Amino acid sequence: MEMPVPNAAVVAKKGRIVGLLERVLGADGVISDLAETRAYECDALTAYRCPPLAAVLPRTTEEVAAVLRICHAEGVPVVPRGAGTSLAGGALPTADSVILGVARMNDVLETNYDDRYIRVQTGRTNLSVTGAVEEDGFFYAPDPSSQLACAIAGNIAMNSGGAHCLKYGVTTNNLLGVKLVLMDGTITEIGGAHLDAPGYDLLGLICGSEGQLGIVTEATLRILPKPEGARPVLMGFDSSEVAGACVADIIKAGVLPVAIEFMDRLCIETSDNFANAGYPDCEALLIVEVEGSDAEIDEQLGVILQIARKHNPVELRESSSPEESAKIWLGRKSAFGAIGQLNDYMCLDGTIPVSSLPFVLRRIGELSKEHGLDVGNVFHAGDGNMHPLILFDANKPGDLETCEALGAEILKLCVEVGGCLTGEHGVGIEKRDLMTAQFGPEDLELQMRVKDVFDPTWLLNPAKVFPLEATATRRAGGPKAA
Amino acid sequence: MITPQSEAELAEAVRSASGPLRVVGGGTRTFGEPALGDALSTAGLNGVSLYEPGALTIVAQAGTPLAEIEATLAAENQRLPFEPPDMRALLGTDDAAAGGTGLSTIGGAVAANASGPRRIQAGACRDSLIGVRFVDGSGDIIKNGGRVMKNVTGYDLVKLMAGSRGTLGVLTEVAFKVLPNVAAQATLSARGLSDEQAVAVLSKALSSPFEVTGAAHDATGSETVTLIRLEGFADSVAYRVTQLTNLLEPLADLTVDRDPESAAATWRAIRDVRPLADQAGDLWRVSVKPSNGPVLGARLGNVPKLYDWGGGLIWAALPKGTDLRALMQGLPGHATLIKTADGAPAETQRFHPEPAPLARLSDGLRQKFDPRGILNPGLLA
Repeated sequence: MEMPVPNAAVVAKKGRIVGLLERVLGADGVISDLAETRAYECDALTAYRCPPLAAVLPRTTEEVAAVLRICHAEGVPVVPRGAGTSLAGGALPTADSVILGVARMNDVLETNYDDRYIRVQTGRTNLSVTGAVEEDGFFYAPDPSSQLACAIAGNIAMNSGGAHCLKYGVTTNNLLGVKLVLMDGTITEIGGAHLDAPGYDLLGLICGSEGQLGIVTEATLRILPKPEGARPVLMGFDSSEVAGACVADIIKAGVLPVAIEFMDRLCIETSDNFANAGYPDCEALLIVEVEGSDAEIDEQLGVILQIARKHNPVELRESSSPEESAKIWLGRKSAFGAIGQLNDYMCLDGTIPVSSLPFVLRRIGELSKEHGLDVGNVFHAGDGNMHPLILFDANKPGDLETCEALGAEILKLCVEVGGCLTGEHGVGIEKRDLMTAQFGPEDLELQMRVKDVFDPTWLLNPAKVFPLEATATRRAGGPKAA
Repeated sequence: MITPQSEAELAEAVRSASGPLRVVGGGTRTFGEPALGDALSTAGLNGVSLYEPGALTIVAQAGTPLAEIEATLAAENQRLPFEPPDMRALLGTDDAAAGGTGLSTIGGAVAANASGPRRIQAGACRDSLIGVRFVDGSGDIIKNGGRVMKNVTGYDLVKLMAGSRGTLGVLTEVAFKVLPNVAAQATLSARGLSDEQAVAVLSKALSSPFEVTGAAHDATGSETVTLIRLEGFADSVAYRVTQLTNLLEPLADLTVDRDPESAAATWRAIRDVRPLADQAGDLWRVSVKPSNGPVLGARLGNVPKLYDWGGGLIWAALPKGTDLRALMQGLPGHATLIKTADGAPAETQRFHPEPAPLARLSDGLRQKFDPRGILNPGLLA
């Protein structure tokens, strides 16, 4: 993966830049020693690493603004970082960049149950947002797999989803307002505790912009009353086609489960060996979860089980206790970790129309054979967000390249059937050069013009999202004339 | 009036335009001073291009009548989640006077981000919108998003287009996530509550696990009516009616309406702001956090008011020339002047002024999307 050549002039004045930053943050807010900056050399896409010029850890919005003013004046690229759990390289630095981490900004600023929102600093982790309100019967809906570690800042940057977004939506559907710092240090607020903002939907634009338009330091998030209960049912089928047809029939029947998760044979066996979840021996497995009171759950599961039986399942297991529910979810939730025991893996994130599921799974199988690398499939079937896991050996020369080539083929396949490159992980550097498979030159040009408005000198996370050659002029000397 | 019959024709019409264009769908959501320029209609872009009930997805040409979309979905027992309002009675736009057809279009609903009572539970139009195609001010055809409900590939221009009222581009195609229709519904109502009592009741209902899909308070008549809607499978609705009635019993004396037709009529009236359609005075639409609704209501005085979205959306008819924004001190939110008494020219800005940094960003975006400034100039400005 190519990254821009670091700006030698910026690297040469490291001492001056660090001095200016220390003046506003104090010495303990700036990390510039080479050994220490290595902690920031990559995110969860660990195949690519590069220590930044420095990393800063501001404590307030005003400090964030001060850092950005300095970097703006000195022409230093800034790479925002939440918790560093991006699977797409969203927080990967360059040698001439300053990492701006929000980890020290993790306070709850306000909770309001009458109006059903919470206002937090964005360094706070996703799960601890729910943690702050669950004793009072509320929760924050988006639940990415990394929710124990990932920060709200990154959730907003990547518009994170999770297993339960079929019913509750993704981050953008649960975000009411932000405090935003622009690259020139301007502090502004968009939205608030009310449901809609005037003028253009700038909030919608910021969400999912991968830290390229501004740095979000505070967020007002919608919280929801916790459902009375939830219950999963596990279904095993002898082909993924049948499992896919069952998903479509459930949705057509008018039931809206909170989650429909899918696993193929490789993932079923691997996670069962790892977690002893007691999964059946079959080609495809679905976990379907519904919410409500016991009676409401019975009513919904009654409809779902009736549909499932028509598809001749090899196993149909309704949970009858919290322990059984936990066991059904255990294998699914440990799938990534279990696969990681087999080998190194790359996790893809393309989304496809649910109707294309059987075709896409078949094609992935063929592509896997052609490239000689195994692929496991575990994903959110209700919304078509796939997570093919390509197994490779990082120590074997050429394996990473083969894996990336296979990944690119799979993602192009997702686009060909009417889907997209990434459903919830973001483009980062990982899918940057595939953007032309999904977008035409005019589509990308207009998106880049949006960045021209927010960050005219292209200093915020500049080497991400767009193909490098498309952004070269802008990164070199500001935006191309429109 | 220019009425292109294809996206390519529409792009050519924009590219070759020598002056301002007034973008028109059905013309039913138009309000305020008439925009300048030649009318450019999307009526020629008509039809559902893709509908997959099993994937909860529909894609349609922007000029397709909303009624046709709703009928197509209803045939498969599905619906648009965001319950788009019909503004014709309120705005007096049912006679095609605004240059449209008088038939609300799906593109127009998107351009206005038109969202009804279910917005509190299912989200606004922008939340269901998953893909757009549009022609920008240079005449380039742009696509963003797609037909899948999870998509973070590139910037989200889908949201940006929703509610931009044709000032950033002319929509040609829109794609939505849809939802199953419901088997049953019930409306709980209480009479005579003060605005403050009503919003407390609505807040309590919305903070319960019983999935309220409508929470309104009609203070337009001599006796107020507070309304709570439940939807879902029949047994589930019955269960939640009982639970919610018990929960709210200390606060309000509730009656239940289980008749689907009268419940639908009740919520259609709220959705379409019918109680204020024939009121005299200036009509304002205000968005604040719900608990501030009655605070603002008290400042507005004894005028007809309709609260929706749990108290956070307020429609009010005020004496001619009242500057409602001046009464919002300390209450974050925004206000839009929808209609002036006797259709007189507005004495204040129709749309709420944005803080300077946001106004700069909005102006910048408009210039990038429409460098010649020909799309609905004057609107949203």
